[in-house]
Amino acid sequence: MDAQAIIDSLSPLVPGAVFEAAPSVDFTTVYVSGEHLVATCQALRDSLNFETLVEVTAADYLPRAPRYEVVYHLLSVSKRLRLRLKVRVANDGTLATVQGVYPGAGWLEREVWDMFGIVFDGHNDLRRLLMPEDWEGHPQRKDYPVQIQKAAQTYAPLEVSQEQFRANLERDRVKRTH
Amino acid sequence: MVQADHTHGLDHELPILTSTVEKIVNWARQSAIWPAQFGLACCAIEMMAMVASRYDVARFGAEVFRGSPRQSDLMIVAGRLSRKMAPAMRRVYDQMPEPKWVISMGACASVGGVFDNYAIVQGVDQVVPVDVFVPGCPPRPESLIYGIVQLQQKIARSRI
Amino acid sequence: MSEIRTETMTVNMGPQHPSTHGVLRLVMELDGEVVQSVIPTIGYLHTGIEKTAEQKKWQQVIPLVERMDYLAAQSNSLSYALSVEKLLGLEMPQRVKDIRVLIAELQRIASHLIWIGTHGLEIGAVSMLFYAVRERELLLNINELIAGFRFFPSYIRIGGLREDLPRGFHAQVTEFLDRFPAKIDEFEGLLTKNDVYRRRTEGVGVISKEHAYAWGLVGPIARAGGSDYDVRKYFPYSGYETYDFKVPTATEGDVYARYRVRVAEMRESVKLAREALSRISPTGAWACDDTRVVPPPKDKVYSEMEALIQHFLIYSQGFTVPAGEAYVPVEGPRGEHGCYVVSDGSNRPWRVKMRAPSFMAIQALPTVVQGGLIADVVAVIGSTDVVMGDCDR
Repeated sequence: MDAQAIIDSLSPLVPGAVFEAAPSVDFTTVYVSGEHLVATCQALRDSLNFETLVEVTAADYLPRAPRYEVVYHLLSVSKRLRLRLKVRVANDGTLATVQGVYPGAGWLEREVWDMFGIVFDGHNDLRRLLMPEDWEGHPQRKDYPVQIQKAAQTYAPLEVSQEQFRANLERDRVKRTH
Repeated sequence: MVQADHTHGLDHELPILTSTVEKIVNWARQSAIWPAQFGLACCAIEMMAMVASRYDVARFGAEVFRGSPRQSDLMIVAGRLSRKMAPAMRRVYDQMPEPKWVISMGACASVGGVFDNYAIVQGVDQVVPVDVFVPGCPPRPESLIYGIVQLQQKIARSRI
Repeated sequence: MSEIRTETMTVNMGPQHPSTHGVLRLVMELDGEVVQSVIPTIGYLHTGIEKTAEQKKWQQVIPLVERMDYLAAQSNSLSYALSVEKLLGLEMPQRVKDIRVLIAELQRIASHLIWIGTHGLEIGAVSMLFYAVRERELLLNINELIAGFRFFPSYIRIGGLREDLPRGFHAQVTEFLDRFPAKIDEFEGLLTKNDVYRRRTEGVGVISKEHAYAWGLVGPIARAGGSDYDVRKYFPYSGYETYDFKVPTATEGDVYARYRVRVAEMRESVKLAREALSRISPTGAWACDDTRVVPPPKDKVYSEMEALIQHFLIYSQGFTVPAGEAYVPVEGPRGEHGCYVVSDGSNRPWRVKMRAPSFMAIQALPTVVQGGLIADVVAVIGSTDVVMGDCDR
């Protein structure tokens, strides 16, 4: 199915959306705008049999504007088709999450936030995935250095405070009643 | 190779008994080093191959790989140490009882290996004191066994 | 008589733990032995390979990419090489395609051997590990024969292979393939009808086909639930459409079904490897003809000027790849393994992203183990065959 055929079948299902076919060497690639992303995914899953979301990733095209492109790879097992949806996102831009349509997107979007800093609205758990919890910066941006000079952190604070620890001990102490 | 100076230069004062006890204790320690499982990445698979039947490391004394660090003497850091893992590794090292030794297995554990970037600690000796470095990516099981034998010789030379 | 107090207990498993397949941390909320919830934390092996790859030339990325999924190293490099060759528009000679199929199938057997060894070890059948690693040593000998290195041969390159097959390759591979089916029967004799194994794995960790598709799991996990999606059949690459093989499936979707699917896959891989080996001639083409990408043979480099210049250009500044993007998935031992490559027309990649099947499997883990026992958590992680190097990259 080439790009124009997919756009023709999607346009009635997602009114108001503007799709743009992109040249590609491997399989159909379509640009979609950020506002219509979730509706497009819903239409693709329900009407066009794209059951699986295989990947969500992003690429940083600094110094071009808009800076990021978020890429969604979709797979239709029953129709033997693959599709690539791309969304252009500006610096400090946000995007709606497709978790409601494909649950598998949860961690993939978390990784995109962790590595690139693109915020996904409506995500239930947007925090660091691959980097430590308190890391600053988004490593895979083009302006983040590859090598950094930083001493290894050898001390991790307890996740329970001292008072809470003592209170837990007291609570769990077995009380004799006779 | 420098022999350990057991007598402190005081031949006539040091009892023979202590140096023999030291030899016996060192021999016991070196012959039954029990490693803690600390396989991180690809080197862990070579460590497993070392434990298996072809390169059997049990003949060198490492009979069991203990699951718990509290029951082991040796930590073989097998694989690349990421910044997120460093505090956990330090905690595992602190849980091991004395005497304890560390072998840094592979290029990534020794100097950061192929990965000179933001995510990998460039050498585990920034986090724990290392006794033997074994190079390779991953080192062959025979290299690691050679490293363990070097450690055994180091223990033989040490003081109690 | 004091009141019996019931509350849940929070237990932390990992990141250093014998049965978490690498460094995976699970914070489990337990009600006695029953798991109420599991929160996995990954990232303890994050290596920043994708960022490092942006600094290297195209051919230098191959060793980096191999170290991601360290059990199926050559399926990683195959997917990367196929994606870049798609961008370059290169077509491989038939012999190169057959050799790549053979290597991919041998790699699948090697990865499944470690899977069955560690899975048996965690369930309690400790001897499985020694049997499996013994067979894997023979496969590592074959790796050593072709490239001199046991684990990460870097034999598959962009443009073909690194060099021609060595003498004695056919004999050694034939010897392995003749002896291996009897060994699979030995493994099955240890586990398949073993009552203890069956009771620990039947009905445990059921993942249906719809659940697998919703969470992006495609591979042996989905095939054990009834799907027949296999990249080798649906989107064939490297000449797989000319081979005759079956894709094993099951319907129950539990741990036992995944075990049966993978053992059957090992048998199919032996048949595929045998057929591929029969098509490969002992000497012949080992790369495509494009001289921009493939270095000339060494004897020509020492005697001809053009070959010397070509060799120098390839190894000093590397070749350039036309701008664009490509994603060519392969069927790795864990599922769909693909490398999304973006080029800006220079001699370095702009973006390299590997699609990690283990990442999706761990993401789906909390939904699968809820309501089960702690021992089932270990069995399920083992059956989904996660490798943390693949998950964290």
